[in-house]
Amino acid sequence: MANVFTAIGNWVTERTPGMMPAYRKHMTEYYAPKNFNLWYYFGSLALLVLVNQIVTGIFLTMFYKPGAATAFDSVEYIMRDVEWGWLIRYMHSTGASMFFIVVYIHMFRGLMYGSFKKPRELVWLLGMLIFLALMAEAFMGYVLPWGNMSFWGAKVIISLFGAVPWIGDTLVQWIMGDYNPADATLNRFFALHVVALPLVLLLLVVLHIAALHEVGSNNPDGVDIKKKKDPVTHIPLDGIRFHPYYTVKDLFGVGFFLVICAFVIFFQPTVGGWFLENDNFIPANNLVTPAEIKPVWYFTPFYAILRVIPSKGFGVLVMFASIVVLFLVPWLDRGVVKSVRYRGRGYKIALGIFAVAFVLLGSIGAGKTTEWIPEIFGANADLTFIENLFGRTLTLIYFGFFAFLLFYSRYEKTKPVPERVTTHA
Amino acid sequence: MLEFAKFHRTARLALAALALAFAATCGAAEEGGVGAIQAAGVRVDNIASVQRGARLYFNYCSGCHSIKYMSYSRLGEDLHLSEDEVLKNFAFTGAKIGDQVMSNMPEKRAEQWFGKTPPDLSLEARAKSPDWIYSYLKSFYLDPSRPSGWNNTVFPNVSMPNVLWELQGAQHAVFSPAKPGEEPRVEALVPGKGSASAAEFDEAARDLSAFLTYVGEPAALKREAMGAWVVLYLAFFTFLAYLLKHEYWKDVH
Amino acid sequence: MANDVVDQGRRRFLTATTAVVGGAGALVAAVPFIKSWQPSARAKNAGAPVLADISKVEPGQRLTIGWRGQPVWIINRTPALLATLKQVDSRLKDPNSENADQQPKYAQNETRSLKDKPEWFVVIGICTHLGCSPDFVPEIKAEPFDPDWKGGFFCPCHKSRYDIAGRVFQGVPAPANLPVPPYKFINDKQIMIGVNPEGAA
Repeated sequence: MANVFTAIGNWVTERTPGMMPAYRKHMTEYYAPKNFNLWYYFGSLALLVLVNQIVTGIFLTMFYKPGAATAFDSVEYIMRDVEWGWLIRYMHSTGASMFFIVVYIHMFRGLMYGSFKKPRELVWLLGMLIFLALMAEAFMGYVLPWGNMSFWGAKVIISLFGAVPWIGDTLVQWIMGDYNPADATLNRFFALHVVALPLVLLLLVVLHIAALHEVGSNNPDGVDIKKKKDPVTHIPLDGIRFHPYYTVKDLFGVGFFLVICAFVIFFQPTVGGWFLENDNFIPANNLVTPAEIKPVWYFTPFYAILRVIPSKGFGVLVMFASIVVLFLVPWLDRGVVKSVRYRGRGYKIALGIFAVAFVLLGSIGAGKTTEWIPEIFGANADLTFIENLFGRTLTLIYFGFFAFLLFYSRYEKTKPVPERVTTHA
Repeated sequence: MLEFAKFHRTARLALAALALAFAATCGAAEEGGVGAIQAAGVRVDNIASVQRGARLYFNYCSGCHSIKYMSYSRLGEDLHLSEDEVLKNFAFTGAKIGDQVMSNMPEKRAEQWFGKTPPDLSLEARAKSPDWIYSYLKSFYLDPSRPSGWNNTVFPNVSMPNVLWELQGAQHAVFSPAKPGEEPRVEALVPGKGSASAAEFDEAARDLSAFLTYVGEPAALKREAMGAWVVLYLAFFTFLAYLLKHEYWKDVH
Repeated sequence: MANDVVDQGRRRFLTATTAVVGGAGALVAAVPFIKSWQPSARAKNAGAPVLADISKVEPGQRLTIGWRGQPVWIINRTPALLATLKQVDSRLKDPNSENADQQPKYAQNETRSLKDKPEWFVVIGICTHLGCSPDFVPEIKAEPFDPDWKGGFFCPCHKSRYDIAGRVFQGVPAPANLPVPPYKFINDKQIMIGVNPEGAA
């Protein structure tokens, strides 16, 4: 039996001589630093979630009916009448939120350990493009159930494009294919969400991993493991083969992650309205706006930035800038030391404040201020004033991090970076 | 093993944060005064409660409100009722067992009589919450200024009359003194005397809410039980994966 | 570094165990996706029994009604047609309807119908070869496809032939008699397709 497999294997490799070398290059002979920690699970987890979204998405497409008159009903059909439809739907909705949790942590790891620095700027840029594509994909996916939040969320976000000078209104109408988000909008979003953007995402992910493998992975110490190689084998002294060591470690990470996902899917699929919003269980109604229009949690920090700026055009600009500025990080950061472990204390503090500001902005974007402002400032507090005050301050802090990076990084006092990676063994 | 301890620390922090976030978001009902949402304690896995709620629904609500995403046959399956029992107790409109539950109220008439079409309630428990429905049902009071003669502290100026008033007894509102230029606010609701005791009506409101919660998501009945097994399996698999990882990583240390 | 030799066995065991447990999980996880292709509750509800009004079907005539997406024919067979059944027995593949999949027990007889109303023939009009719907050819006269035609059904797609009780002839590609669905008489004017009579199999 084994002979048959070996024979077939030989027949194939004879005709694809590059395949086995490629496998070796990317798996068994890809030497990754041996000191990967908790923060390094999230790349493979992102890939896992992408596969989940595609598989569950394909099956949902078999039963979902795009169209303003049929979409909402078809989702309920999936939830009730299609065998196991509810499970497939929850896997998809949970996966969408998990995608952003994983990706945000993955990006934060990059900021912490300087994974965006030379020679990995391209890896970072491709990652940022993935982030953009992911946001577009998630936004369009959210419109598809055609609930009331789908409709009004679409209306608000598409109308942002009205801020473009001169062509704004035409652009908005062109995107919608109608004077309001309507059947035409839904159908095109369906095509983009199911076919176009997934293809773009897949391509970008392949390029992202390829770019990484070209230069090799960073690590929590920011040490370049290629500098110290074994004189005979030329294998980095601090490198270990990706397969089997990281495949097996990532498998454990996958198991742990799936336990958390299972908890959500089976016990709290809506996560109290954070993953599946209450208002989206009401069919789209162009005459009645939900009490609070807010995007799903993963967009809330950017939405807050948009909201607290009093001018429409400027608000849109600043919101887009908050994403564009992330693209520029490899050039804003002029420090030489990669990892936060050896950078100046200022960087550690700034990064921490940035993370907190991001979360607090999210809280504002989610409308939680209506709860905690009265709690802290009393029932008569001027909600709008305080929210704007906080929001604008936090927006300044957000951008301030990047400005800080630009001016501080050149002169920061760093600790000496070790020549070999440190492990806690 | 030290490595596991380090993982453990960060992981513990992350899990604690996650747990806090969950706790904050999951079904936290507030205590409050008039018009506040009270915790209903709805249990969808209490089939008896859902069955009682079904009976109440079809007696009091289905005349105006459809639950169009529900079929009679599904009701029978989930509530352990035979086709005959379902048709006898629930299907007053001559519907067949495979039909969806529609009310006979013509839309135009409803708009004439109530000012609004009674909405379909299939997803009401998911759009509002089980606690909201429970609180709403208990918060009607007499209000001669309204066309229906009723108002509701949870849903001010609602078009719906209090269909359960005979059970609950009509409640009266006590108003706080009106400030100049403002409407007087309801300070408290004084209960009336109905055919059901306060505890019985409370249970009825809970049962109705349980039924609508079930209608909102029939899969909820089996979702949690299944989840227990899935989590158990995944925990076991993770444990095995950990052993495997630990074994291979002996090479590295 | 670790010593390899001792660990290989444990390594293989752990790898195998994890692979098997993981593989089993993956298989179980695939089940909901595969099952989602089953007819949904809506499809099953749409497959409910249908009521046919036969009050206007004269002898020799056929009524067609849809049930579960398929054409069901209700034919009022004349005495002349019923008399042909014995004459063709020797030319049939399954003259005694021994293939139990093709009719309920109460239709496993000469006329392939309920015994107290033998003239009424209720049959699903789908050829058992590849699924075309055969033509209804009730006249007892020579046909191009059979000079000795005694009335029945002729499928134009691949030339299968059935007698007036839906029994398939020898020498044609169709393997089985036309299927008889469950049916019962509500009264003399109505037949319910999709349910068996009380007390019947």
